[in-house]
Amino acid sequence: MMTPANRLDPKQLLTRKSFIELSARERAKALLDEGTYRELLGPFERLESPWLPMQGVVPQSDDGLIVARGTLSGKDAAILAIEGRFQGGSTGEVSGAKIAAALELAQHDAENGWPVQVLLLLETGGVRLQEANLGLEAIAEINSSMVALREHVPVVGVISGMVGCFGGMAITAALCSYLIMTRQGRLGLNGPEVIEEQSGIEEFDSSDRQLIWAVNGGEQRYAAGFVDDLVEDDVKLIRERVIEAFGRGVPCRHRSEQVEDYLERLATIDVTHQLEIRHFGRLWSKRVLS
Amino acid sequence: MSSGEAVCTRGRIWFEVLLGKGAKRPASVPSVLVADTTLQKERVRLLAVVSDPQNRFPCARQGQVGLEEGWNLAKQIRDAIRADANVEKRAIIAIVDVPSQAYGRREELLGIFLAAAAATDAYISARLAGHPVISLLVGRAISGGFLTHGAQANRLLAFRDPGVTIHAMQKKAAALVTRRSIEELDEMARKVIPMSYEVKDYARLGLLHKLIDGVDPDAPDPAQVARVQADLLEAITDARSGQRDLGNRFQSAGARTNRNATLEVRRRLAEQWNLK
Amino acid sequence: MEKLSFDYPASQPVQQRTHVGVVGSGDLEVLLEPSSDEMAHVTIRTSVDGFGQIWKQVMDRFFSRYQGAATIEINDFGATPGMVMLRLEQAAEGSR
Repeated sequence: MMTPANRLDPKQLLTRKSFIELSARERAKALLDEGTYRELLGPFERLESPWLPMQGVVPQSDDGLIVARGTLSGKDAAILAIEGRFQGGSTGEVSGAKIAAALELAQHDAENGWPVQVLLLLETGGVRLQEANLGLEAIAEINSSMVALREHVPVVGVISGMVGCFGGMAITAALCSYLIMTRQGRLGLNGPEVIEEQSGIEEFDSSDRQLIWAVNGGEQRYAAGFVDDLVEDDVKLIRERVIEAFGRGVPCRHRSEQVEDYLERLATIDVTHQLEIRHFGRLWSKRVLS
Repeated sequence: MSSGEAVCTRGRIWFEVLLGKGAKRPASVPSVLVADTTLQKERVRLLAVVSDPQNRFPCARQGQVGLEEGWNLAKQIRDAIRADANVEKRAIIAIVDVPSQAYGRREELLGIFLAAAAATDAYISARLAGHPVISLLVGRAISGGFLTHGAQANRLLAFRDPGVTIHAMQKKAAALVTRRSIEELDEMARKVIPMSYEVKDYARLGLLHKLIDGVDPDAPDPAQVARVQADLLEAITDARSGQRDLGNRFQSAGARTNRNATLEVRRRLAEQWNLK
Repeated sequence: MEKLSFDYPASQPVQQRTHVGVVGSGDLEVLLEPSSDEMAHVTIRTSVDGFGQIWKQVMDRFFSRYQGAATIEINDFGATPGMVMLRLEQAAEGSR
């Protein structure tokens, strides 16, 4: 079991550096050991979306996905950082292929006795609707590569916010060996607006901020045992926790493999009425030990 | 949301016609149909997610993939992996007719993203362990529903039929989110292949192993069923001799034409990955 | 989406290529590289149509001070002229 999140002491508060406010590129740079950052398929490669300009949408030269190599705590690492400000961090053909291909290359290295620490910085609404089926397929391929890779080395995911992690990429997040969130991070398969649109406002009022945080927020996800660590929005702390997570090695059972335990818990929950969120922690608090 | 109850029953129709004689039915929840049967000398486990008006989760009553469905699919697949650990791995056939994932507050709170990941993980683990995993797309294969049930197969087969739609979002919702009319969306889909809701365009992306012609998905006759069985058998045989990852999807002829960007990313990243 | 392009005479060689910014709301990305002739070439893709004249004014102003023989690509997502100027200056600074 992981240690609970520590809050910043007054001295740390003064020297904190927000991780959330950084761009994807800055995040990757801030986490890797100083001077080791090397960007792959950078902006000048001009691997942009072939589908966005056809629809009158301005593309970005790296399709909003940074692939960085370097070392983390002295060991080989690769960071896949999604830029949430470009098209809501959505997964398109190019950005998705970058992630899937990187995971496969890391798997190949691991199988050849050359382990690479792979870190995902997740900031995404899921499939990019303008690339629909190729975004969907990219996520299927990412998930497949993820499961194949994490047999060999742990894969760590960070959801720091502000976009959060939704849609198909929330499935990817749940396949990570270890998942770290901040209180400002949100995680869910369906965003509040989509639920309201599909199932009605009585099911989910997407203007109810309190409800959203109580359902999708990092604190809630941590309390329910869906993520492994809750950390303050601070570059140094997040870096420490990421290194710590890699240090744990491959879990003997990933959360997504704990089928019987979760089925058992699910059976104990009465869902006749909407769940009282304040009771939820107690109902669900018995964590499944990995 | 359900438009056309007929489409929602296709999963059940195809599950039943493929059952054959002497099929065994392991215990399951009503919305996840599971059976062990044979296709000639191949042992197969059939899986389908179907509507269940009594489902205790109200947002998962029309065939959506919800919490029970995700976790139970995972259980049924993992049971087969365990049982076949030391014998020839049976084929797993996912019969796919899923309108979407379940959109509900209970689902979000109880971690539907993890239930979806559990089923996804189980399908991938089965494939990596050597089980041929085949998906037969008989109706809708939408969004998280499809990612959870169907998308992880070594081989995807689909009927050429207007009721077979594979997409990231149902058309009405997509129109709303992208602020386009249905007509504009259709117009866009003619230019932009991955935006299309038509199965023939999905095939052009190189993602399908086979597009099956001349079958009535709602009322197949015995000759049609026999042809589909032959196609499934061929796909199983093909998968047994092929790679266990999803590489066949982007190595296909269709991908070489319409997924150029994917191939270019893969080529260049491999070149740059271990440069110092 | 609208595409625009501008050319300016340039006298100083550019040392290195540089990239700044994000194609996010109110922002833009700039890719600046040495050009192969004694000119500066700017190509713009902007999400907001019909502001060609304002783009020209911003570029004229920038190139009244900047002499770099650069090929500049801009992908814009509704940035203000002030933001465009800031990103161009950052790119120029980074290329020195």
